Amino acid sequence: MPEQVNINLPEGSIEKQTTRLNLGPTHPATHGVFQNILEMDGERIVKAESTVGYIHRAFEKLAERRPLYQITTLTDRLNYCSAPLNNMGWHMTCEKLLNVKTPKRVDYLRVIIMELARISDHLICNSIVGVDTGAYTGFLYVMQYRELVYEIYEEVCGSRLTTNMGRIGGFERNFSDTAFRKLEKFLEEFPGVWKEFENLFTRNRIFMERTQGTGAISAERALNYSFTGPNLRAAGIDYDVRVHAPYSSYEEFDFIIPVGTTGDNYDRFMVRNEEIWQSLSIIRQAYQKVQAFKGTEADVYHADAPAYYLPEKADVYTKMEALIYHFKIVMGETEIPSGEVYHAVEGGNGELGFYLISDGGRAPFRLHFRRPCFIYYQAYSEIVKDTMLSDAIVTLSSLNLIAGEMDA
Amino acid sequence: MSTHYDTIREILSKQFGDSILAWEFPYGMLSFTIQPEFNLKALTLLYDDPDLGFQFLTDITGVHYPEREGQELAVVYHLHNLVTNVRIRMKIYVPVTKPDVYTATGLFSGANWMERETYDFFGINFIGHPDLRRVLNVDEMDYFPLRKEFPLEDQTRIDKDDEMFGR
Repeated sequence: MPEQVNINLPEGSIEKQTTRLNLGPTHPATHGVFQNILEMDGERIVKAESTVGYIHRAFEKLAERRPLYQITTLTDRLNYCSAPLNNMGWHMTCEKLLNVKTPKRVDYLRVIIMELARISDHLICNSIVGVDTGAYTGFLYVMQYRELVYEIYEEVCGSRLTTNMGRIGGFERNFSDTAFRKLEKFLEEFPGVWKEFENLFTRNRIFMERTQGTGAISAERALNYSFTGPNLRAAGIDYDVRVHAPYSSYEEFDFIIPVGTTGDNYDRFMVRNEEIWQSLSIIRQAYQKVQAFKGTEADVYHADAPAYYLPEKADVYTKMEALIYHFKIVMGETEIPSGEVYHAVEGGNGELGFYLISDGGRAPFRLHFRRPCFIYYQAYSEIVKDTMLSDAIVTLSSLNLIAGEMDA
Repeated sequence: MSTHYDTIREILSKQFGDSILAWEFPYGMLSFTIQPEFNLKALTLLYDDPDLGFQFLTDITGVHYPEREGQELAVVYHLHNLVTNVRIRMKIYVPVTKPDVYTATGLFSGANWMERETYDFFGINFIGHPDLRRVLNVDEMDYFPLRKEFPLEDQTRIDKDDEMFGR
């Protein structure tokens, strides 16, 4: 970096050597509502100050009144690009507290859904990196295939973006044949498209020059900043919650954790690309395992946890126990055991943790979400210091900052 | 509990003795409570000791227990040793009238916003924090909203009459 040449300002001038630039708070340049106040020297960023919290929704406070199943809708809105992942993470936290053991088939179905969510999350992030470097085509092209994922969600739970999918103990209904057909269609069509997308970018000279060596963070700094997920792995550290603390039977699957070396925008892009291929492989393995269930086993889609899992509607009308449980669950009158649980899943952006303290009432005494976005966004000002403005934009999108996850 | 957890207990007990107020093992995570003035010393030991090596800060958050007199506010640290893959939880309790706690920002850069968030919602004063401002709430706010004295709005209230946002 050349030494800064001072302009000779007249005596008593109120002009400064640097210019202040507001990056945001708007949606087009940044993803979601957050703001960066940049102190610019020409096009070079001297100092960046990040502000968040424009959409604070008090989830942790709201959760203190809600019964467990009503909190699922709050988790949807954390990282809304991969809502089912958050839902499953929350259900597993509850199951840990309530000591509910899920059947294997539920685990595998969950793995399918979680990996689909990871694909749709990474797909958005990587294609947006393309948009922010000036390549819009890839984004519009792969967006059609996120649609296929959303159609699978729709078939499984009825909604698309904020899914509220599954329940404590399993899924609300068994996967329909249509859901599996749609999954097969996705598995068939998507890899070719993603290959084309990769061809557009990975060896593209313009893209490489824009991303290589920009927005880099070293492994030491990334760890010190509590980075997790693809951003940490791009810096070269192979920490993945799926491997370190396997949940939902992840230990039975064969996959690799891709790592980068430099922690720059290009490495983050490449790590996410490879994770998509790994996710596809995990989905295929899980689907095979699901198909291996025959007879009555193939109808299992929830655990036997009558106090927390809503009974069949037909049973509610004919059986007394079912009616009682139905009423107690819907009204949120089930007392949960007291305890203290921390459970983490590998979210789209890293370790998504749920810290739940229960004092035995109907709602948590305290619930805290560990949101990976919030934690690594604080490193942004350090990463973009002394870089160009246009690199800062690419860094912002390649870190995959989701405003919904920054807030809680 | 495995031998690994025993080692952790041994090293910490040797260093802090009676200052460690409680050991727990809820849902498979080793958890201990320490006197609030030793929080930074404990974090430093957990970080530096080669047999402990808790060099990854997972999370910092607060809890408010209004009925525990003299120790109303809790600060909870989740730490992770990524090499041996062991997690540990450390808790400290401080009175709501004097919620002073040493900052962990010297050890972990990531503690910066986590502590700001804890300050923002619980009013924990992190001594030595480089920039202890609110992070998610507006700067002008003069209360700490996640404390229990602020109840949520009554869900059954009917006195609201707002065409746009009322019920």
